[in-house]
Amino acid sequence: MSRLGSPDNPLLVAVVGSGPSGFYATEALIKSGVKTRINMFERLPVPYGLVRSGVAPDHPKLKQAIKVYAKIAEAKEYNYLGNVTVGTAISVEELRTTHHAVIFTCGAETDRRLGIPGEDLPGSYTATEFVGWYNGHPDYRNRKFDLSHETAVIIGQGNVAADVSRILAKTVDELKHTDIAGHALEALATSKIKNIHVIGRRGPAQAKFTSKELKEFGGLADCDPVIDKNELALNPESEVELADKTNAGNKKIYELFSGFADREATTDRKCIFTFLKSPKEVSGNGRVESVLLEKNTLSGEPFRQSARGGGDTFSIDAGIVFRSIGYHGIAMPGVPFDEARGVFANVKGRVVKDGEVDPGLYAAGWIKRGPTGIIGTNRADSVETVKSLLEDLDKLDTGEDKPGAAGCYEILDRRNIRHVNFSDWKKIDACEVERGQAAGKPREKYTSVPEMLALLD
Amino acid sequence: MTTIVTDNCKDCRYTDCVTVCPVECFHYDEQMLYIDPEVCIDCSACLPECPVQAIYEEDDLPEDKYEWIEINAQKSRELPVCADTMEPLPGADEKKAALGF
Repeated sequence: MSRLGSPDNPLLVAVVGSGPSGFYATEALIKSGVKTRINMFERLPVPYGLVRSGVAPDHPKLKQAIKVYAKIAEAKEYNYLGNVTVGTAISVEELRTTHHAVIFTCGAETDRRLGIPGEDLPGSYTATEFVGWYNGHPDYRNRKFDLSHETAVIIGQGNVAADVSRILAKTVDELKHTDIAGHALEALATSKIKNIHVIGRRGPAQAKFTSKELKEFGGLADCDPVIDKNELALNPESEVELADKTNAGNKKIYELFSGFADREATTDRKCIFTFLKSPKEVSGNGRVESVLLEKNTLSGEPFRQSARGGGDTFSIDAGIVFRSIGYHGIAMPGVPFDEARGVFANVKGRVVKDGEVDPGLYAAGWIKRGPTGIIGTNRADSVETVKSLLEDLDKLDTGEDKPGAAGCYEILDRRNIRHVNFSDWKKIDACEVERGQAAGKPREKYTSVPEMLALLD
Repeated sequence: MTTIVTDNCKDCRYTDCVTVCPVECFHYDEQMLYIDPEVCIDCSACLPECPVQAIYEEDDLPEDKYEWIEINAQKSRELPVCADTMEPLPGADEKKAALGF
């Protein structure tokens, strides 16, 4: 048989997940010059992963990344299999039998835990649940968030914490023309939340927000950013960090915080940024009533400082808590998992089992490197993984004639799995856009899988 | 709002920014890179990648660099897309050092 990757023996790749990493891996394969066929598997009928269900509804420009993915999807090498859960509808082993290689781009689907008492009390939620809920993700559409209290506590100071805080801080008027899920808009309209505490473990010089996200808090219609000036005190090591010319990002963030501290709050609703505090306990009688915080100090060299509690604690009365301290990947049968890091163990995207590379299995995106970076970060990451894959061409299992998509359809049809192709998605897309128009929204998402599938019958 | 490449890029053209651009909005000539404001989605992924801090969000652009808004818009219309990394220009490291980075 002719060489793998030649016109009559194309490289067959299964991509698991349809978010940015999956599409950038697809793009890199198509551009590589190697003849290839890509089958992309997605457990929902609808594609685009966190660009659809993670990026906040009031950031429509960021969602324009979808245009690039839609264009990649037009390539003749690309095929979409939506509504197919790898691991249940079709196994990893079956993907390996039908393809030469599998690239996992399935993200980090759960939250890291705080590991403190009361974390699971009613009223204490993960950022993932809340973000999935307001973005109309089918897994979270039926969640209920009790917004009848005046005080919310958000644990974490990254961009997800910023999204959660900002959605809580905005008025219905600021959200009603976005693609926020209808159920979320209704619930937020009744929100009584007035005080939004955003708690960071480290100091104001180490916050993980991007300046763009933070800046938005200065321009909200009915909420003021509030910072106690004392919170902005810096230790000498943090001063060194901010003076470093290569650390322009954190300097900008610190300047924004300083600007917030100088403002006079004029609205009823406040978003209060607090630094150097760690949650020790969430408590209440049957539901969240307060959060116990411990004051931290920083130690270590500049840029390597860590926060440590000093035993000095205080409580904030709060009715609702959101934990937003990072994501964690979920294991998949048939793939070695690094439990501590929440990723598939890998070297430059090659999945590693017991210290040995297993040619044929690859990972890209958050399930490869952990939940860091933004959309574009995944492009470089997927390019690296595809480079590894292409270097391995001679080591891939080329046994038997690999059937690719045909083999997968046979397996899925045998199991009565209703798979969705890209034209099906375009129909769902058009229906969503159309029903959004009536409400002045860019789209009104369908939030349940049966609803989506019903559009196709 | 858009994102703008400014004069620090001139004669450097490191292209670290290009690898993280989710939408291929960079264009190039033999001197530097330019961002197409019609394509850029303002994600800011490129900002921290630039070794010479040539890239600004429009909001933060110093007044003496305002001219670069129009230059980026115009040049990006005329020039080819830069989709992959390229070798930095000869003398890039010297310019970087001269800029204090």
